[in-house]
Amino acid sequence: MTLPIMPAATEFDYSVEDSSSLLARFEQAPNWQERYRQIMLLGKTLPSLADEFRIEAAQVKGCESDAWLYHIERDAKHYFLADSDARIVKGLIGLLLSACHGKQSDEILAFDPSTYFKQLGLEGQLSPSRTNGLHALAKAMIDAVKP
Amino acid sequence: MTHSTSTDTALSDSHSQIRAQFPTLSQMLGDYPLCYLDTAATSQKPQSVLDAMAQYYLNDNANVHRAAHQLSARATSSYEKVRDELQGFINAKRREEIIFTHGTTESINLVAYGLTPQIAAGDLILIDTAAHHANIVPWQELAKRTGAIIKPIPLDKDCRLDRHAYQVLLALKPKVVALCHVSNALGTVNPVVELVQQAKAQGAITLVDGAQAVAHLSLDMAAIDCDFYVFSGHKMYGPTGIGVLYGRFDKLDLLTPLLTGGEMIKRVSFDGTEFGSLPNRLETGTPPISEVIGLGAAIRFLQQHLTPDVQAHEAELLQYLQQQLRALGDVHLYAAHSDNLGAVAFNLGDEHHQDVGILLDQQGVAVRCGHHCAMPLMQSLNLKGCCRASIGIYTNKADIDRFIAALASVKELLL
Repeated sequence: MTLPIMPAATEFDYSVEDSSSLLARFEQAPNWQERYRQIMLLGKTLPSLADEFRIEAAQVKGCESDAWLYHIERDAKHYFLADSDARIVKGLIGLLLSACHGKQSDEILAFDPSTYFKQLGLEGQLSPSRTNGLHALAKAMIDAVKP
Repeated sequence: MTHSTSTDTALSDSHSQIRAQFPTLSQMLGDYPLCYLDTAATSQKPQSVLDAMAQYYLNDNANVHRAAHQLSARATSSYEKVRDELQGFINAKRREEIIFTHGTTESINLVAYGLTPQIAAGDLILIDTAAHHANIVPWQELAKRTGAIIKPIPLDKDCRLDRHAYQVLLALKPKVVALCHVSNALGTVNPVVELVQQAKAQGAITLVDGAQAVAHLSLDMAAIDCDFYVFSGHKMYGPTGIGVLYGRFDKLDLLTPLLTGGEMIKRVSFDGTEFGSLPNRLETGTPPISEVIGLGAAIRFLQQHLTPDVQAHEAELLQYLQQQLRALGDVHLYAAHSDNLGAVAFNLGDEHHQDVGILLDQQGVAVRCGHHCAMPLMQSLNLKGCCRASIGIYTNKADIDRFIAALASVKELLL
């Protein structure tokens, strides 16, 4: 990605919940209310992007809400900063980050979003015909690590 | 609502019979029954429309206007019969004033392109701020081609067309005035009879976008008296891919065809071609035949069922929807007037409309969330977007109650 501005490298230093522990938690969710409560809680744990970084060049197209994505590579690992002005979308981004943030290229390239969201009980949210932009965000993260 | 009387019961019985004609509505989405409140985006279709289209493909399929054989004669006669039905349905003077298009958007494009030779640099085009993008962008393109100037007609504090500002703008003698009959995003209704009369008094060509009116109102072209009126089949219980351009014969006859080719010509030679007469002059190529036939069935459906009683029932239902949203609390309603038609625009607290839409969808509730193809209107309301719940002839009180209960769950989760 070549963007006019980038957040400071230290902004990318945050850890995410491991995707296997996420999956375990989502499997226990008895209903959609609990799943979406978890999604929103997850969104709250993520760093926010300052207004100056909420720029069009960093926007992921295909979202009805606005979503922005930044990526850096350090020591052969990939780090992402992403935000949305919609809370559920931000939480859904959090699910993707659990699978991709701080991972190596081969792990991210092997990541299959459709299986992952199916396991989370959220397969309906990933369709490209949805306007939540999740499909576009997953594609943008995977594309970012492609050589 | 008031206490039940025998008339109410009779109406409720006949309403269940109307609803029962729409097969799509009786389905489950996961654990929840479908609650369809997105009729303003597209209406569901009654069985009679589906049957009419299947009937054409099963028995009469042939191209129209080439009636050298019996099938084509049958297809042509069913197709042209719909033009006559439409003439009666909207009270047009002549059948040639009805042009079949692919939808409202194409209808407006036909007019905006067709007027090109009549528009000069500096001419003024007035556009309703509440207009759908389909009633904005074709005029912007016309302005680019001709050097005409576009001015929006502002809204007043109630989100109604600002009548005072309108008078001031009309005094500038605009060449074209483009209005919407019913706002797709808000459901507000323009007093089109008066607005058209005032525009015509200043010599303007008038176009009214009736896409959101046709499913809810009885249309009368003689009363509205505009030069052009446009609507889509799929928002009036008919199929997608078919729309109507009504135009006063003299105005329609002056339009330059946007599309040229077969069907629309009188004589073709390499020395020059002579165009045919209306309506064919504006309908080139093989038309959407089954869709026209489906539209005919939709017209018959509306003529039979959209009675004054049913229109009153729809109006009551919309008011009930507005009341229940107010009663829920923390709901912002936009321009929710008692005389609105079909739709209510809202946001839940400061929550993003998309979050609200995702959580309603979890409960089988279908609403539209976004800018509703009316970005200038959203800008004038200072909104990024909103949710819109819209009703149709089949919507019942149980739909509204289910929707309000679902929104209450969303509120519990988000607020």
